[in-house]
Amino acid sequence: MKSIQDYAGVAGQDVVDHLRQLAAPLQGLKIVHVNSTRVGGGVAEILRELVPLKNDLGIDARWEVITGEEAFYQCTKNFHNGLQGTPVPMAERLLSTYEETNAINAEELRPVLEDADIVFIHDPQPLLLLRWIPNRKGKWVWRCHIDLSRPYRPVWKYLRAFTLDYDASIFSLANFAQSLPHTQYLIPPSIDPLNEKNMDLSADQVREICTRFDLDPQRPLMLQVSRFDRFKDPCGVIRAYRLVKTFAPGIQLVLAGGEATDDPEGQAVLEEVRSEANADPDVHILLLPPDADLTINALQRRADIVLQKSVKEGFGLTVTEAMWKGNPVIGGDTGGIRLQVVNHHTGFLVSSPEGAALRTRYLLQHPEKVQEMGTKAKQFVRENFLITRHLREYLSLMVALVYGDEERIELEMHVNR
Amino acid sequence: MTSENNSSAAFAVKDCALVAIATGQKAQDLRELRDKLHNIPLGCIYYHFWGSRLRPRFDDPQYVNDFATWTHYQVHDETLAERLAIVDPNDFQDLESLRHELIEIVEQRLDEIQWPTLVRPDAQFHFIRSQIVVFDTGHVVESPEGLADVVEHLSLGSVFYHFIDARRRLPTGQNDFVNWLNGFGDTYSELCTRIASIDPYFVTLSELRANLSRAVGDSFGRSAS
Repeated sequence: MKSIQDYAGVAGQDVVDHLRQLAAPLQGLKIVHVNSTRVGGGVAEILRELVPLKNDLGIDARWEVITGEEAFYQCTKNFHNGLQGTPVPMAERLLSTYEETNAINAEELRPVLEDADIVFIHDPQPLLLLRWIPNRKGKWVWRCHIDLSRPYRPVWKYLRAFTLDYDASIFSLANFAQSLPHTQYLIPPSIDPLNEKNMDLSADQVREICTRFDLDPQRPLMLQVSRFDRFKDPCGVIRAYRLVKTFAPGIQLVLAGGEATDDPEGQAVLEEVRSEANADPDVHILLLPPDADLTINALQRRADIVLQKSVKEGFGLTVTEAMWKGNPVIGGDTGGIRLQVVNHHTGFLVSSPEGAALRTRYLLQHPEKVQEMGTKAKQFVRENFLITRHLREYLSLMVALVYGDEERIELEMHVNR
Repeated sequence: MTSENNSSAAFAVKDCALVAIATGQKAQDLRELRDKLHNIPLGCIYYHFWGSRLRPRFDDPQYVNDFATWTHYQVHDETLAERLAIVDPNDFQDLESLRHELIEIVEQRLDEIQWPTLVRPDAQFHFIRSQIVVFDTGHVVESPEGLADVVEHLSLGSVFYHFIDARRRLPTGQNDFVNWLNGFGDTYSELCTRIASIDPYFVTLSELRANLSRAVGDSFGRSAS
């Protein structure tokens, strides 16, 4: 089990001291995070790291997961797609399942949720829990990780009604904020530099892991790591690879993704991707288990070119992970990717497979540029997107929730170092 | 220990963290920017000039405030970006005057161009404000000489609080260090002048800390590491 002190080596002792001081007035506070999956996807990854660190700082934090039948996940996947702008059906039957599933889960979680000082509800899946907990004593915050910049209005209209009783909401970017009657905080997500996905690996470890997937160590490699989801545009990546292949015949492509238990569309998209790859022996489609963190780490370190060609993206933690390993990233010009990929500095923003191919060719021809941009990318992540910064913002927000919403909150308490 | 740092008593080192808050106000072209500038909370002006330094952002050496950055990268109006970038908030007595200057600059540009460029919906300017959470670090500097040991180890939050936030907080518009040292009469007037001459606007918080550390170190015969 990691402790907050372990992060001093990466982020600096002053950053760790800062967190301890900020946590001092929150000692013993009961915090509950609720989402819909314990494995797969960025939210589960963040909570896996964030909750133990809050506990280590003296906060009584816990993580609860709601469960549901297939129809529930079908409905919430539709919500996810709708909130990111895709017109989706809203069948009455599915909406009923959604509401009933939240009611059932609320019953199970009632004692914990009623007693909590602050409840963080992640994404739309457990959004309705609040409705079934009328005797709540704490503050409730809706944490939306989705790119909500241009939602499909019927879906947002339906869900917005359930957000109104929340005390606050959190979005990753200002572009995602909506017209809501409560305070909307802005907190981008983060990566944990010490977990298996991001810790340092030796060249031997990287080589050994890549050998398992028949990757030729002598030939260049393009990589995209992400769930098999249309918003991540894996087929667009294959098209970009084909354009690159005409100029760099040795190029290989890895599309590595796992499955999230709350994503019922993954299998269908995987089939589309396989069909698009058309059995090309240099296109490696890897369906990885949820605990394949070391594998992903090694692939990101081995890759010559890292892409995240999403067409919609709440944040894109795989972008952060790749940048942390010193890679510039070729990313879709959308959502949270823009916050990380600073065009021509930490990577390139692109809007088409052609754009991705063009930038890939450029970087393959300019290794010195890869080095320069990769160094900037890593530094940018160190300063802005590590879990210590994320924790600091969560702690500040919790202080603000507990101590009032004035522009200036002066805390009297301090801790000795 | 004093909490105000305004006399010759000890200097209490404080720290702060900012929480960014979306106002929901946004602008898609220069006309909208001007109109919104009239009515947005002053906290937004503060945030887009100073507050964003404690938030995730890429340090752009050319454009140090968010208005100039947006005008450059999204509106692609270089003339206006340059005019906005040169605005130094230190030159203004208060945020209200700074607000009027911004409106004036945008107005002038609107008079010069035929029609304002409409940016993409997902590239609009979003007005953000912030809450500041201030806390006591427990560190106390008993004498000015002690500053030399402390300054280079200050967190960036402390640098922000004592150097940038202080200018808005104190009636004198000074930073906390100068305000405290002035409490010792003329003894440290040279150091005060040197610290007061550090321009916090065109440097990052890390650079600001380094400059401050150098000034204090030189004054007390120490070399900043």
